[in-house]
Amino acid sequence: MALSKLDNLYRQVILDHSAHPHHHGQLDDSTNQIELKNPTCGDVLQLDVKVEDNKITDIAFSGYGCTISQASASMMTDAVLNKDVSVAEDMVEDFSNMILGEKTDTGILQDAAILKGVSQFPARIKCATLAWKALHKALNNKQ
Amino acid sequence: MDNKNNQWRKDFPILDQVVNDEQLVYLDNAATTQKPQQIIDDIMAFYQNDNANVHRGVHTLAERSTEQFEEARSKIQQFINAKHSDEIIYTKGTTDSLNIIARSYGEQNIQAGDEIVISYLEHHSNLIPWQQLALKKHATLKYIDLDEDGFVDLNDAKKKITDKTKIVSIAHVSNVLGVINPIKQLAKLAHQHGAVMVVDGAQSVPYMPVDVQDLDCDFLAFSGHKMLGPTGLGILYGKEDLLNSMPPVDYGGEMISFVHLFDTTWNDLPWKFEAGTPNIAGAIALGHAVDYLNSIGMDKILDYENQLVDYVLPKLQAIDDLIIYGPRDPQKHTSVISFNLKGLHPHDLATGLDMEGVAVRAGHHCAQPLMEYLGIKATARASFYFYNTKEDADTLVNSIVATKEFFQNGTI
Repeated sequence: MALSKLDNLYRQVILDHSAHPHHHGQLDDSTNQIELKNPTCGDVLQLDVKVEDNKITDIAFSGYGCTISQASASMMTDAVLNKDVSVAEDMVEDFSNMILGEKTDTGILQDAAILKGVSQFPARIKCATLAWKALHKALNNKQ
Repeated sequence: MDNKNNQWRKDFPILDQVVNDEQLVYLDNAATTQKPQQIIDDIMAFYQNDNANVHRGVHTLAERSTEQFEEARSKIQQFINAKHSDEIIYTKGTTDSLNIIARSYGEQNIQAGDEIVISYLEHHSNLIPWQQLALKKHATLKYIDLDEDGFVDLNDAKKKITDKTKIVSIAHVSNVLGVINPIKQLAKLAHQHGAVMVVDGAQSVPYMPVDVQDLDCDFLAFSGHKMLGPTGLGILYGKEDLLNSMPPVDYGGEMISFVHLFDTTWNDLPWKFEAGTPNIAGAIALGHAVDYLNSIGMDKILDYENQLVDYVLPKLQAIDDLIIYGPRDPQKHTSVISFNLKGLHPHDLATGLDMEGVAVRAGHHCAQPLMEYLGIKATARASFYFYNTKEDADTLVNSIVATKEFFQNGTI
């Protein structure tokens, strides 16, 4: 049955992250913030980041989205917390390359590396990249 | 209604294919319909034999293409029972047609303090042109409420349409809720207050018999690609006296009568609104699409789709946790059916269905204010046409159940 292919997209860890997202909420003391929309589906992602001494010391996301976008946001926040801004920016690029099916080192991405399967579902790539795009924009959007 | 007895299905070769290892079930007809082989052949034949620009040459090919181009206009005129063929203007599509009305009739007739009345269920293309016109002219944009089934509410319309109202613009058939709105009564109400009635017919003209004289609407906009024709070609119908009184929107070739250094006179209808080389092959193909639809009969198409809804809607309603929008009564519901699985984003649902070969739309359907009105962000939407069958309906129902199982219990 072709639905079995869904397993490639919705691995258990993805479903877990979506059902119980990490760092979900808002920060009172964020230094950087962004609200990003996916106009094709109406999804909204708000990302609050606290940067101290060029390091991400706290992060939280809120909004509304599909399983893939929520799981991706949860995994992203796990992966970049306590990382230097420059390292986080490198991870944005690694994630983007991975999702586009290009060869890249995904070790640093932690759980987020499991979203590699999304590259076989072109219609869903935007869902997976929304959180990482938001991170890139937030880091360049100091309050 | 089954595959064996559907005599039209064989005309649509695109339906006979496997996607994601499953037989394709195409249920995104409200977005665009598939094209019968006859029309694909006709478009190729035009470019192989008759291609020339229209209204510009005295040579034989120009004569042939012009004749076919204008013949198609007459077919479309008869299809919607317009009085005159010059009331049929070729545009790029429904969106283009509605924008032309707003930019020409609207700019000319709307003044500060006037009212434009639409409804909460409008597609963005029947909303933004009026919203921007109202902003520019300091006019008031008003929204008619929907009743509990999702129909434009006539009682509220009686309150919202006043003597200040100059334009009422409403979708004939909703692209989300599957309702047929009471256009005839709305047009009467608009006329009682001296307003014009604009109808967004994108979802109605392909689906049911539409008679502009019976509806007594002043304008009707629709698209060819939602009724078997190619993309990039639509129709603006307007009553002759209104179109004659309106200024052109685009300037250039074809739409002129005489051009001098410092002034220009406009061509007659319909060409006044058709600047530049039009989509000639598209227009001719839409004429052939009308022939195809007439060969079945719009009454029969409506009846067939009603039978499909009678069959599929109760089956969908029987699925636990499936929320269906619009009327519960199949008799009141068109073949556009929007739904959500509780707890699952419609994109995840649509990806699940796609893996089963079922093509549906997921998202806000270019109707964000309606989503807000319903208190939701998005829906999945299945939309049927006359080449869809009971088997397609069964596959949809089974695939929704399988997708639900996958996300709720992780089993397939």
